[in-house]
Amino acid sequence: MNIKPLQLPEAEQLFSDLVSKIRPDINENVALVGVRTGGVWLAQRLHQELCLTLPLGILDISFYRDDFDRIGLHPKVKPSEIPFEVTDSHIILVDDILYTGRTIRAAINELFDYGRPASIRLAILVDRGERELPIAAQYVGAELVLPSGKMLNLQQGDDGKLSLSLYDKQLPE
Amino acid sequence: MKIHIKNGRLVDPTNGIDAVNDIFIAAGKILAIGDAPDNFHANRVIDAESLVVCPGLVDLSVRLREPGHEYMATLESEMGAAVAGGITSLACPPDTDPPLDEPGLVEMLKHRAKNLNLAHVYPIGALTQGLRGERLTEMAELSDAGCIVFGQSDVPLTNLRTMMQAMRYAATFGFSVWLRPQEASLTNDGVAHDGEIATRLGLPTIPVCAETIALSNIILLTRETGVHVHLCRLSTLDGIELVRAARQQGLSITCDVAINHLHLSEMDIGFFDSNCHLMPPLRGMSDRDALRNGLLEGTIDAVCSDHAPVDEDAKLLPFGQSEIGATGVELLLPLTLKWGIEMRIPLITVLAKITAAPARILGIDAGHLSLGAAADLCIFDAEQYWRVVTSAIKSQGKNTPFLGMELPGKIKYTLVNGQIVYED
Amino acid sequence: MISTNPQLNRSGELQHLLTTEGLPATILLEILDTAESFVGVTERDVKKIPLLRGKSVFNLFFEPSTRTRTTFEIAAKRLSADVHNLNIAASSQIKGETLLDTVNNLSAMYADMFVVRHLQSGAAHLIASHVQPDIHVINAGDGSHAHPTQALLDMFTIRRYKQDFQNLRVAIIGDILHSRVARSEIHALTTLGVPEVRVIAPKTLLPAKVERLGVHVYHDMAKGLKDVDVLMMLRLQNERMQSANLPSSEEYFKYYGLTQEKLSLAQHDAIVMHPGPLNRGVEIDSAVADGKQSVILPQVTFGIAVRMAVMSILAGN
Repeated sequence: MNIKPLQLPEAEQLFSDLVSKIRPDINENVALVGVRTGGVWLAQRLHQELCLTLPLGILDISFYRDDFDRIGLHPKVKPSEIPFEVTDSHIILVDDILYTGRTIRAAINELFDYGRPASIRLAILVDRGERELPIAAQYVGAELVLPSGKMLNLQQGDDGKLSLSLYDKQLPE
Repeated sequence: MKIHIKNGRLVDPTNGIDAVNDIFIAAGKILAIGDAPDNFHANRVIDAESLVVCPGLVDLSVRLREPGHEYMATLESEMGAAVAGGITSLACPPDTDPPLDEPGLVEMLKHRAKNLNLAHVYPIGALTQGLRGERLTEMAELSDAGCIVFGQSDVPLTNLRTMMQAMRYAATFGFSVWLRPQEASLTNDGVAHDGEIATRLGLPTIPVCAETIALSNIILLTRETGVHVHLCRLSTLDGIELVRAARQQGLSITCDVAINHLHLSEMDIGFFDSNCHLMPPLRGMSDRDALRNGLLEGTIDAVCSDHAPVDEDAKLLPFGQSEIGATGVELLLPLTLKWGIEMRIPLITVLAKITAAPARILGIDAGHLSLGAAADLCIFDAEQYWRVVTSAIKSQGKNTPFLGMELPGKIKYTLVNGQIVYED
Repeated sequence: MISTNPQLNRSGELQHLLTTEGLPATILLEILDTAESFVGVTERDVKKIPLLRGKSVFNLFFEPSTRTRTTFEIAAKRLSADVHNLNIAASSQIKGETLLDTVNNLSAMYADMFVVRHLQSGAAHLIASHVQPDIHVINAGDGSHAHPTQALLDMFTIRRYKQDFQNLRVAIIGDILHSRVARSEIHALTTLGVPEVRVIAPKTLLPAKVERLGVHVYHDMAKGLKDVDVLMMLRLQNERMQSANLPSSEEYFKYYGLTQEKLSLAQHDAIVMHPGPLNRGVEIDSAVADGKQSVILPQVTFGIAVRMAVMSILAGN
């Protein structure tokens, strides 16, 4: 495992690395699904780069989160869009950062309410560890250990270029 | 018992007195005002320094809930509340169960009340049997039993011929007829004033003309029959104008307003506060203002509490289903004082509305501090404000729209026939 | 005495949905936006989402209604909640159990949400002011006062077909006096910025000072429908003839019923709405109800999504 404590990698470089890792496994039966919000730009870029036949899907996991009782409904819920048949499909879920694994757990549960996929794999730009559930990504851009109290953010600039930054974790009130 | 009340501010509207002075009581009567009579040795001296000493209040409508409605309140609890409110004479409406249409019932009520040795109770006799508006009651017999006036309480008298005959019969004996002007078919299932608030709240309404049409009927029949009529609980601007015009014609008409309508309007219903479910309904702001001015200017003669204690469950219902009425016998003085303060009226004029004026309407010798008169007095601190909370209300009915408000006027002592019947 | 808004908690979040009156536009729009996500759920294989799993929703219908109760039931079940229906019209009310006793008994059975319909205006407010802090109340219609979920699904429908509230003329036609739907619609429309809201009715079916709610009053349907973008029809009940509000449904239909001819006076792309159930030939012609400008059936679909949105938002607050 590569440990890079403070030096943040170039997101565009990670993206290129990720594309080359996924490309060998792509065929016309593979579908990409981006997890809102962080996975959407990434999934759109990947979908374009990898020239996929099946249309891009977007998942909003607001209704499948496990913290509804604590924090209520997210005010900016938007509809999920899965414009292909989920049953018997081979899906690659895309998200920007893999952390506790809860977001992906919710995404998998939601996908199963659409149908029974043949397989689901996970593509992640940055795996920052500290898993709380047994979730693993098949395609990883980079692994990072973050200093405590810091969170990682992926942004897309006006020119479309991706970049990574750190921000302080907000303590619950 | 000999009582010496010293240094109080004596306010007696009937005799035009407003001065600091001493007052001496013996054998249940006012013996002297000013200097002590010779050989007067008081059993009790009350220091009324900075307190007001006025005639005991006269309340024209106090529901005692007996007989028949004891689950709401009892004679003991409500009479206790009345004297705690400084009231020494009260009239109670005939809508008991059974209604006060039989001499036996009236005698029993008077007897029970007398034994409590609290305020003087004047039962209003039913005008028609069972209050059903069909057959006349034996008004002369009821008068012998103790009814000095006759009325229908809130029960409508829909047949105008019956109303006319009842008035004629009462006039024969010189009895007053007390009527609440509210036309039944225009009331229908209404529970609120026909205005913006009821429109927003989706409540069935009672238009202003339910009062004015009833008033017109009553006024015209009064002219026809020559009876003296007392109109109970005016609520509208238009209604006051009709009364003013009738009085200008020389008709023998008096009228009162309830404390609730002097201060509240439809706006106070808020989010369906059932404590504001009253009859007549709380009306618009312009009606409220007209009532306040009408009382000052004299078209409205007196204020009453319209005391109607209700058990808690009966108010914990959706507005339209809740029991009508508000407790108020302990708020008569404070709310009348509040009106006076807000309208900048001298205390002597304010107190007349709950002492001399109602006494005159009821036709009783009360509401004044004349020498030799029965020693019915109220001693209160006009400057002391107190908070209307459930624990402060002695009546069994805690249902008041004024809950939580701070009001002026704390009763310190109430005397009836020279006995201290309430002490703070 | 009037206190703070009983629908909102201390943080300004929706605690109960009792009426559209007094709710800021942000909350109304939040409900509409959230509902967008629920419309798609019905197209999936599994039409449920797990959001309210483990929660108990009690339908307290003191005024019987199969339609509304069923849509609330469907909405709650699609959210994976447990639903219990109580038609109290008969049973405990006759036994003398008070409204609040019933509510207290049910709260003791771990109810999370009450959906209440009652004949008396103010019933939902009464219940909301007496439940425990973590129980939410939805008003499914109280007397003539309010029917907020109906108004919200109507707003959702208008937004779907007309997009922008700021440019519309909306007319509400029928028995405004007795209609909780009309009142709730008027508040929602004015809050969302609709510049012209009209009511069209004979004088006997209009409440006092109705213009104070922010509406223009018309008694002539031809004048009232001119240039209108949205027509909201109201149901006329038979009781109105009995209580001397109207002479007959025939005369009502002639002057206030919606026919193709009268509809043509409005904008050519005006939409026709109705909360249901329809009284064909009384307030609306079958040709119009089933015609291409009618959005009455979509209203029903949207009703489930909107109610799911309301329940979700409340349950999370």
